[in-house]
Amino acid sequence: MKLVSYFRGEAFQRGVHPPSCKLTAERKIRRLPFPDRVTVPLSQHIGKTPRPIVRVGQEVVRGQPIARSDEWLSVPHHAPLSGVVEFIGLRPGMRGTWIEAIVIRAHPGATQEDLWGRPRDLSQASGQDILQAIWDTGMVGLGGAAFPTHAKLSVPKQAKVHTLVVNGCECEPYLTCDHRVMVEHATDLIAGIRYAMRATGAVRSIIGVEDNKPDAVLVLRQAIADAAVAGVSEEIHVEAVPTKYPQGAEKMLITALFGAEMPAGGLPIALGMVVSNVGTLAALGKLLPLGQGLTERVVTVTGPGVAKPGDYRVILGTPLKFVLDYAGASAVDAMDARQVILGGPMMGQAIASLDVPITKGVSGVLVFRAEDMVEREARQTYPCIKCGECVESCPMGLNPSTLGMLAAKREYELMGEKYFLGDCFECGCCTYVCPSNIPLVQQFRVAKQILREKAA
Amino acid sequence: MSAPIEIRSAPHVQSAKTVETIMRHVVYSLLPICAFYVFQYGVSALASIVVVTGACLLTERFFVGTGTQAGRLPDYSAVITGLLLALTLPPGFPLWMGAVAGIVAIALGKALFGGIGFNVFNPALVGRAFVQAAFPTAIATYTPSFLPGRFAEFIPSTHAVPLMIPADAALWLKAKSLDALAGATPLAKWKFDGVLANADELLTSLSGHMAVGPSPLLILLCGAYLASRRFMDWRIPLAVLGSAALTAWLLYAFDATRYPNPFFMLFSGGLILGAVYMATDMATSPVTPKGMWVYGALIGLLTVVIRYYSGLPEGVMYAILIANAASPLIEKITQPVPFGRGVLDRVKKRATYPLNPGYISREEANAVTPKKRFLPNKPKK
Ligand code: SF4
Ligand code: SF4
Repeated sequence: MKLVSYFRGEAFQRGVHPPSCKLTAERKIRRLPFPDRVTVPLSQHIGKTPRPIVRVGQEVVRGQPIARSDEWLSVPHHAPLSGVVEFIGLRPGMRGTWIEAIVIRAHPGATQEDLWGRPRDLSQASGQDILQAIWDTGMVGLGGAAFPTHAKLSVPKQAKVHTLVVNGCECEPYLTCDHRVMVEHATDLIAGIRYAMRATGAVRSIIGVEDNKPDAVLVLRQAIADAAVAGVSEEIHVEAVPTKYPQGAEKMLITALFGAEMPAGGLPIALGMVVSNVGTLAALGKLLPLGQGLTERVVTVTGPGVAKPGDYRVILGTPLKFVLDYAGASAVDAMDARQVILGGPMMGQAIASLDVPITKGVSGVLVFRAEDMVEREARQTYPCIKCGECVESCPMGLNPSTLGMLAAKREYELMGEKYFLGDCFECGCCTYVCPSNIPLVQQFRVAKQILREKAA
Repeated sequence: MSAPIEIRSAPHVQSAKTVETIMRHVVYSLLPICAFYVFQYGVSALASIVVVTGACLLTERFFVGTGTQAGRLPDYSAVITGLLLALTLPPGFPLWMGAVAGIVAIALGKALFGGIGFNVFNPALVGRAFVQAAFPTAIATYTPSFLPGRFAEFIPSTHAVPLMIPADAALWLKAKSLDALAGATPLAKWKFDGVLANADELLTSLSGHMAVGPSPLLILLCGAYLASRRFMDWRIPLAVLGSAALTAWLLYAFDATRYPNPFFMLFSGGLILGAVYMATDMATSPVTPKGMWVYGALIGLLTVVIRYYSGLPEGVMYAILIANAASPLIEKITQPVPFGRGVLDRVKKRATYPLNPGYISREEANAVTPKKRFLPNKPKK
């Protein structure tokens, strides 16, 4: 069946099929307790970093804005806890460097309800008003890219958007947070989709879900039918797309849904589309009518090193150590955790310290033990044997084999000019398949960085 | 927090396929072929396989040991070279010449270029080309298969003293009251005597005392196993055989009296072995899918042309070596078209339902236009 749909062209070309390892797909989302201290890094998204608008020692209530910026590509942050601002300064960040952050100590007795938000009626609001409201929530793409949502949903004057594509693929192995959100918060998701459609002026919306989540497809179709009965007039569809990594990439999803290739270097808006992730829209659907800010998100805590894997609703700024203690990361206690990864195994970021907080863009925490790493470590690296596996798996249709050889020779300009290095979106398929164990995408990251620096 | 956390760059998972597993499976798939080969030709073939492979391994070990070559012994690639080389040599090939072939294959074919992955020419064929030039008589001396007593007695040429002229196989055959012609390969018979072999003899050589190489049927079978497990690219053998068959068929259709039928072309000589095991050598074939088609087609075409128009009965080896040399060039002109940079036509052809609103569900779309597409890459399991 998969093959049939493949030959019909319902999937993008190439790509890989890593084992899915979705350990937590059947478990309900649970709430993680409130930590007694949170760290809110100022830079949590792409774009300009907002500045703190609170002082050390100031009392804040949950949901109160604590940092903002007047730049367009920037969103405010809200206090995730009611408490006292304890410290503003450098804290360890997920990329290994120390970054500026606001530390808030919780009031021991506070109920931790969001007391700041004011419910509002958006039924008559214009698209512009909704965009403003989205900015107020401090929403960024919760799928991992952390691009400010209001910027993504705002359509430039000369462009016109007809379709809102909702990305429910979650193609990364292990992660299930979007899956659970679709199953448990379908109504919020539909509400969020309707807001987004009004903000963009889209006339239809298509939710793309990988066909390994049939339950989510069913729940969503039911929810749409229910909404239609309740008088929702927007056109919303759910479409199952083939399971394949990286189906969740914008371009790949559009290819799977429409068979169209997005022109290189272009944005979906060139095709009259806007793509957003289900987690983001579900959160919007919940927060917008309440007028609250984004203070928590659903995170998949999983991996072989976690005793109680599951999807947890986590307060933003909660230190990883707290999360892992709660989820029973036995490996961490036994000093056996060899790798802790924020995000999925294909594109996630390995972190150096468990003091790193959960931020808006963190969709998963993955713990690998030493014994899970042995096999990979024992692997020998060979020269490229030109097997062609990487060429056959690169979803962007690049030639990672040649690129890798050029990278080894430091011919970065040539890579950029003749071999389209700039098209690589670092999905990692090439490294995943390479039998010679060549760190291809790792080299490409370096090469791209060097090219960027040279261009600057 | 002081647990020894390690930082690595994504991706943090990798597929299970490594160079070792690929090479190991190629060796496994060669074993039945070798076994049948030994069954056909007896102890001499066995000795030849062992000596040639041993020579390859020792040479590889020497070069890896001296550090002039990348890779390690357990990567099995030298075993593949050895086995393939032995299969291309006549079963009664003097052992010391076989050893020379093995040493040359690894030393000149591989180590000279820097080891696994860097070689430009298929090492086994380099070895074979060398001995073909150095010992033209010995390499043309085939003995028939299924000789009586083949397990008890070596073919006399097998244990020739190094640097001496090997014993005459023809005399030996005559003593066994078989005429010398029986020892010629079907291709040589066709080329020099105009005799065409039967289909079943070509495929298995079970019926008569035909001097064919390893069984083509078995090779196809083992190749299919490799391709299905994706340890080998299916495009190259298909392209080689397809283009050889097409060229041969065109000529056959043009003048059936002068040219043999395409079936004979495909299944005689080393074409099947070359197409399945030699042309697909990863390091010496292009990495791009389009390039693989071009490369394979070139080999098929050259093989037939060399067989028909040159003084040699067999052309697979030179065809592959020439295509090896051309492969970097082929690769250069067949770079894949990156996503979103193709012609817009391609985009339209692949559309499953319309880009613009006026939504058609996939079920409807499929019901209306069942689109046929030429099969692209097989999705991975
Ligand atoms: S990381 Fe880049 S080069 Fe590698 S498969 Fe992905 S897009 Fe292609
Ligand atoms: S997958 Fe690795 S070994 Fe194979 S062609 Fe690509 S870079 Fe070379």
